[in-house]
Amino acid sequence: MKKMNKTTKNNFINYGLVLVLFAVAQTLSATGNLSNLLQGLLVPLCVYTIASISLNLVVGFSGELSLGHAGFMCVGAYSSALFSNVVGDALPSVPRLILAILVGAAVAAVFGILIGVPVLRLRGDYLAIVTLAFGEIIKNLVNILYVGVDENGIHVTTNSSGLKLAAGGKKIMKGALGISGTSTLYKDIKPYFFLIGVILILITLFIVQNLVHSRSGRAIMAARDNRIAAESIGINVTKYKLLAFTVSAALAGVAGVLYAHNISMLKVSIFDYNLSIMILVYVVLGGIGSIRGSIIATIVLYALPEMLRGFSTYRMLIYAIVLIIMMLFNWAPAAIDWRKRVLEKIHNKLPKKEAA
Amino acid sequence: MSFISYLKDGISLGSVYAIIALGYTMVYGIAKMLNFAHGDVIMVGAFVILTAITKAGLSPLLSVVLGVIICTVLGVVIEMVAYRPLRKASSNLAVLITAIGVSYLLQNLALLIFGADAKSFVPVINFPSLTLFDGRLTIKGVTIVTILACIIIMVGLTLFVSKTKPGRAMQAVSEDRDAAQLMGVNVNATISLTFAIGSGLAAIAGLLLCSAYPTLTPYTGAMPGIKAFVAAVFGGIGSIPGAMVGGILLGVIEIFGRAYISSQVADAIVFAVLIIVLLVKPAGLFGKNIQEKV
Amino acid sequence: MAMLEVNHLSISFGGLHAVDNFNLNIEKGCLYGLIGPNGAGKTTVFNLLTGVYKPTEGIIRLDGQDITGKNTIDINKAGVARTFQNIRLFRQLSVLDNVKAGFHNHHPYSTFTGIFRLPKYFKTEKEMTSRAMEILKVFDLDKEADYLAGNLPYGKQRKLEIARAMATEPKLLLLDEPAAGMNPNETQELMDTIRFVRDHFDMTILLIEHDMKLVGGICEELTVLNFGQVLCQGETSAVLNDPAVITAYLGE
Repeated sequence: MKKMNKTTKNNFINYGLVLVLFAVAQTLSATGNLSNLLQGLLVPLCVYTIASISLNLVVGFSGELSLGHAGFMCVGAYSSALFSNVVGDALPSVPRLILAILVGAAVAAVFGILIGVPVLRLRGDYLAIVTLAFGEIIKNLVNILYVGVDENGIHVTTNSSGLKLAAGGKKIMKGALGISGTSTLYKDIKPYFFLIGVILILITLFIVQNLVHSRSGRAIMAARDNRIAAESIGINVTKYKLLAFTVSAALAGVAGVLYAHNISMLKVSIFDYNLSIMILVYVVLGGIGSIRGSIIATIVLYALPEMLRGFSTYRMLIYAIVLIIMMLFNWAPAAIDWRKRVLEKIHNKLPKKEAA
Repeated sequence: MSFISYLKDGISLGSVYAIIALGYTMVYGIAKMLNFAHGDVIMVGAFVILTAITKAGLSPLLSVVLGVIICTVLGVVIEMVAYRPLRKASSNLAVLITAIGVSYLLQNLALLIFGADAKSFVPVINFPSLTLFDGRLTIKGVTIVTILACIIIMVGLTLFVSKTKPGRAMQAVSEDRDAAQLMGVNVNATISLTFAIGSGLAAIAGLLLCSAYPTLTPYTGAMPGIKAFVAAVFGGIGSIPGAMVGGILLGVIEIFGRAYISSQVADAIVFAVLIIVLLVKPAGLFGKNIQEKV
Repeated sequence: MAMLEVNHLSISFGGLHAVDNFNLNIEKGCLYGLIGPNGAGKTTVFNLLTGVYKPTEGIIRLDGQDITGKNTIDINKAGVARTFQNIRLFRQLSVLDNVKAGFHNHHPYSTFTGIFRLPKYFKTEKEMTSRAMEILKVFDLDKEADYLAGNLPYGKQRKLEIARAMATEPKLLLLDEPAAGMNPNETQELMDTIRFVRDHFDMTILLIEHDMKLVGGICEELTVLNFGQVLCQGETSAVLNDPAVITAYLGE
């Protein structure tokens, strides 16, 4: 019973953390202490937070290295932006956005299953390279896709001139030029996008935390810790690896939806392996399997290059150095020992003071 | 004839991938880590050679030697400073992320020193081109040198690994690091040597890559690096002939995909073939399938 | 009727007959030992019984049901649970969760129920926790329920593996060298636990062991395996005094 309370408490600390950060950001922005530039970063920050929490489900709890997270974000972004543009003014913006989120999550989940079924047989770095490959394939294919809509329905081709639309038809997706104008469809609720982003983070937290602390989550972690033992007690390892992978893909899709609806011009070039790697960096630096760590690391690491803008050309260099040093400090056995010794020293000094 | 011409281009590009993949596969086989920064060492090599020729006015040969030396030292230093402390870390993700950090570092250092705009690479390799079939097929000197270099390097490495003492130490470390240590192999020195060879090869790969595609930016190495890793996995990671075959196959598939299907999806085709190969042969074409013992 | 009935079980790896024409009958409630020199094929027998390997020949029946060639998961569902020679715990999970993971197929609820915390979630989790605590108490692990499994001392890890296997409510329990690496005190305690499990749960147990004191102390019947073949089978005292067995163990 005590254990139960501890995990519940932990979960609520995470919800609280998100809400407090939201309140801080809102206060800063209301009192004019947040520059326009920083305000513009709030929604993307929500995007990457959702992405890193969901990736942690695969990397941390399922123990599989995925480098294709951007691919699922891409699928969610494009499918939902297409949906929003096709539906257009037929629906008011709030229900349209809710449906777009569901579409993005569902399509990304389908891709998660389609990709997960064949590749989850592979292990470790092989799985990493194959997920990276899938991410790049998705990016390449979206890059040549042209989609338009007219009175006869939706048309899809792979070259610009092949898109023959009836009069009054609308080109929505223009290959490398992507989809433009999605955010103007949501002009009326645009000021609330940060709030929407925070709500989506809370939903992501709810799903991931509750999943992890349930029968299925136990099965996912058992399969991570020892595949053979998990099978020996009747756990279908493949099924639970796929479950984690699919839920993670769906939530990455949600991150993609938020991204796609927040910018005026959706281009595929952002969804490359560098984005997947960036999110992986957040997850690993925040602590593999620590959801709170993912949230904090995303905020710190996403804000860091922006804070360093003053140093302009040096900022990415500093970022790289900080990244290497933090990794060494957090993970090198020598550094861990050293930290332990220092902590012990401090610990030993404190009671002495009391005694004196 | 265009088919043969494409094939030639594919083999040439593939040879460059193969040389990079050799570095990848050796490092992976021995240090058991995915060195994401390997592609960026290629870029450093190319910049060093270019600068040595254009700014310092060194002869091409001397410049290449300088490039190889600097990359070799760079590889060894990176391993010692950034990777070695994490070798016994509780998760092997730690060193992967650090490698990503090193990759960012090299790219941004290059950005700072050389700027973001593309530099055109000077022709370093002056080798006569070969004309065949009454002039219907011309093989450029660069292509000939690239393919020859690839063959020489592969044969040399194979002999080195199987016939010399340090080479056999590499095999031992890759098989079982702890056992090798107990048998008196200096594991640290062996891993350093592996990084030295892999990084030296990266400089040569940088030269060949930029000779064939003469634009150079701080990001030049990243994608070929990824593709070379794909090639190494393709052939079965840890296997020298595997890296060679994987690299050349990858280059040929890429050029054919570009020529016959679409240049926009050439990369997608390369990656799709990788996935198919891995699904059929999970350890790659020449890899050993190791099953966990219960 | 026999709980476990194995007939003509054979497997070969690349021409090597790792197990050859293996026959075994274990009555319900029996404590049975499988012994033999290193490399005799004992663990391979376990791997065949649990579906890790598929036999090239032979039939395995559990409680009358043919389980030959089924996969590990289905064999566990049919009622075979095991422990491993090299301990395989879920090291990053708590001791309690290790046992609860064992309940996976016996206290099911859907992923949906888990995520949305439907009433069934709370009810089932509560049941699982109290059942798991009961099992942990049997193995004297209840005080360590919140520890990470990987942080337990060695002897307790071995016990936890048995506890986890018991949580799957098996008909047959396979123990692969349960006393390996234990000191004499721990071994003595383990013997008591194994006996208790058999009596308390009316369990059928097949164990592999090198410790002859343990084998002689608790096993009622034995099979001796040598070079993949049955060398001798029967009551413990008779088998241990068989000259062929003594030769196999001590050499000529």
